[in-house]
Amino acid sequence: MPPSPSRTRAVVYLDHAATTLPRPAAVEAMLPFLTRVYGNPSGAHGVARAAKTALEEAREQIAEALGARPDEVVLTSGGTEADGLALKGAAHAVRAADPARDRVVVGAFEHKAVLSSAQRLEREGFEVTRAAVDARGVVEVDALAEALDDRVAVVSLMAVNNEVGTVQPLSRVADLVRERAPSAVLHTDAVQATPWLDVAALTAPADVVTISAHKLGGPKGSGALVVRRGTRLVPQADGGGQERGLRPGTVDVASAVGLAAALNETTVTREVEAARVSTLRDRLARGLLEACPGAWCNGDGATKVAGNLNVGFPGVDAQTLLVVLDSLGVCASAGSSCSSGAIEPSHVLLAMGLGPDDARASIRLTLGWSSTDVDVDTALEVIPRAVQRITSRSRV
Amino acid sequence: MSTVLVAMSGGVDSSVAAALLLERGHEVVGMTLKLWGGPSDSGCCSVSDVEDARRVAAQLRIPHYVLNLTDEFDRDVVSPYVDDYAAGRTPNPCVECNRHVKFGLLLDRAHDMGFDAVATGHHARVVHTVRGPHIARGIDRAKDQSYVLYMLGPGVLGRVMLPVGELDKTAVRDHARRLGLRTADKAESMDVCFITRGGREQFIGERAPMVPGTIRDVSGRVVGTHAGIGRFTVGQRRRVGVATGDRRYVVDLDAPTATVTIGSRDDLLRPHVGLEGLVVHDARVPDVVDVQVRAHGAPVPGRLDGTTVRFANAQPRVAPGQVVALYDGDVVVGGGIAR
Repeated sequence: MPPSPSRTRAVVYLDHAATTLPRPAAVEAMLPFLTRVYGNPSGAHGVARAAKTALEEAREQIAEALGARPDEVVLTSGGTEADGLALKGAAHAVRAADPARDRVVVGAFEHKAVLSSAQRLEREGFEVTRAAVDARGVVEVDALAEALDDRVAVVSLMAVNNEVGTVQPLSRVADLVRERAPSAVLHTDAVQATPWLDVAALTAPADVVTISAHKLGGPKGSGALVVRRGTRLVPQADGGGQERGLRPGTVDVASAVGLAAALNETTVTREVEAARVSTLRDRLARGLLEACPGAWCNGDGATKVAGNLNVGFPGVDAQTLLVVLDSLGVCASAGSSCSSGAIEPSHVLLAMGLGPDDARASIRLTLGWSSTDVDVDTALEVIPRAVQRITSRSRV
Repeated sequence: MSTVLVAMSGGVDSSVAAALLLERGHEVVGMTLKLWGGPSDSGCCSVSDVEDARRVAAQLRIPHYVLNLTDEFDRDVVSPYVDDYAAGRTPNPCVECNRHVKFGLLLDRAHDMGFDAVATGHHARVVHTVRGPHIARGIDRAKDQSYVLYMLGPGVLGRVMLPVGELDKTAVRDHARRLGLRTADKAESMDVCFITRGGREQFIGERAPMVPGTIRDVSGRVVGTHAGIGRFTVGQRRRVGVATGDRRYVVDLDAPTATVTIGSRDDLLRPHVGLEGLVVHDARVPDVVDVQVRAHGAPVPGRLDGTTVRFANAQPRVAPGQVVALYDGDVVVGGGIAR
C-alpha cells in the first residue's frame, strides 16, 4: 500500500538539519516587531528608537552567545548570505591590499554556499584549492596544511558538516593557518554546530563565523556573520551603511530578535539537549542497524554532533525510500535539493569516497530540539518496514 | 481502486490525467521527473514546469514529488541520441525516453514504492483484448502518440494507465478549465526537450566531433562537401547545400567515410525496411499490417516477413534509427527501429 497523503497522520520530523520547528519563545519574541513595533531602526524618532533598542539588545545577546562583541555581529538574511559575504568579502579585501594574494582554500565538502562562492572567486581569477576529506567525514589536515602559503587570502572550513554531522578540526587548522598563512582570513560556517556545541569556544580561533537562525528554532531568513575586529571585508551589496556598511539595507528587527531568542534558549539548554538527543539518535541508529541487514552509517560516530544520523541501506534507492517514508509520515532527506526540488547525489558522500551506488542508497535523519522518544519509536517501526518492502519488491 | 503514480510534466495533459484518475476513485500521487541537468531555461524539466506540476498537485490535493533521473536520462537517451546522429542515424529520443525512463526506470521505481500503476498524459489508449492489454491510437487522431509507445506490450501494460487518450485535446483543455487548473491553456511542448537553445546541430556539434566529408550523387560523383553527417537525415530535402537543377534528397549517410549521398525522389524509394529490436506484442500478427514510419505520418500497408517489413508499394526510405510501428487497425501489434 503506497502513499496516502502524510497530512492525514502525525508526522515524524527527522529533517532538523534542513530546518526546525520555530521555538515558541522565538515566535513570541518576534511578534511585537511584526505588528506594533514597526520602526526602521535607522530612524531618528521615537518609533525608530523602540526598534533600534530592541535590535541592539538582540545584537548583544547574539554576540554573547557567540563569544563576540556586539559590534562584531553583522546581521544577514541567513547562512548563505553570510557565507558569501565572508568568502567574497574577505577575498576581495585581501587582494585589493595585495594583488599577489589570490588563493582560496576550502574544504571539499563545504556547504554549497561556500563552494559556490569559491567557484565565483575562481571565475574572478582566484586560485581555489578544495582540501580533501577522509572516509570518516573529516578534512585531511595534512592536505589542507600543504595548501597553505603566503598567497592564501581566505581559508574556509565548516565547523560541522551538514550531511554527516562530523565535527571538523577547526582549532588545529587555525594553528596551521597562523603558522603558514598568517595574514589569511579564516572563516568557518558554524550553522550546523550551533544547535549542539559551545559555538563560542569552538569558533574562537576563526576571524569570521557564520550562523543561521532557523536551524535552532529561529526564523528562516535570519543569520549572522561574526566579523572580528581587525578583519576587513568588502561589502557585497551597496546601500545605506547599515551593519557597519558590510550589509546595507533596513535591518529586519523581528528576525534579529527571533535569532537572539532562539540562540539564547539553545545556549541555555544545550548541554541537556545534546545529551538527550544523542541518546535518541543512538537508539535510532542501533535499531536501524539491527533491523536492516547490511545497513551502515556514514560519518564517524565518534566525531558526530548529537542530531545527525546518515545511514545507507544496501540496494535501496534513497529517492524511492524517501517517497515511501513520506507516505508513511516520516520526513527525511538525502543529498541536496536543487531549485526544482529534485534530489542530487550527495557531493559530501562522494567527497568522502563513497561509491555512487552507496551514496544513492543513503539518507539523512536529523533530530532536533522538538524530537521525542515517540518519534524514534515510530521511525524504528516505519523505516525498517519501508526498507524491507523496497528490497523485497525490487528484485521481483 | 488502484494506487497510481502519475508522471506530471507540468503540462495540461498529465494534469488532466491526474484529475481523471482521482475522479475515478484511484489513489493518486504526482511525480515530476527531472531529466536534464544541462542549461535548460525552457525545456521539459525547467523549474517553472516543475512548479506548475507541483501547484496542480496541490490543487488536486495529492502528494507530489520530484524524481531526479538526470544521470540515467543522459546515459539512456541523450548520449545514444548524440551517438546516433554522429553515426548517420536519425534517432527518436522521445521513444527512448519512454522505453528506458518513463516505462522503464519510473515503472520499476513505482513498483518498488508500492504503486499498482503508472499513468502519463500520452494521447494513446490501453485497450484490453482477449490476448491482454495493447496500446491503441488515442481518440484525438491529430494528437495520437501511440507511435512513440509502440514498445509497450501486455507484459507492462497491466501497470500502465493513459486516461487522456480517451479524450480529444479540446476536451482535455475544457476539463482542465472546469477544474481551474493553472495548466489549462499552457502551450504544448514541442521538439526535443533537452535541446533548449541553439538547435540540434549545435547540440550535437558540442558533444560529438563533426567530421567534414564529401557529398556524392548516386553514381559516386563528388558534387560538394559538408561539415559533418550529423547535420543530415536520410530523406531530407532541404539544406543539402548543392545547387542542382531538380530536387535532391539525402538517400544515404555513411559515417566511416563521412559520405552523404544525394539523389532523386525515385532514388529514395525502397520496397522494404529492415528492423532491429523488433518487438511483437501478439502471437498472431495479421498478414497485412498498417506500417507507420513517423510520428504523424499516414500508415501504409505492408507485411512483416521475419525482421523485414515489405511494403505493398515502394516507400521513401525510412531513415535508420527511426521507429517503424505496426498496427492492426487502431491497435499496436509491434514495431522496431529501422536499420
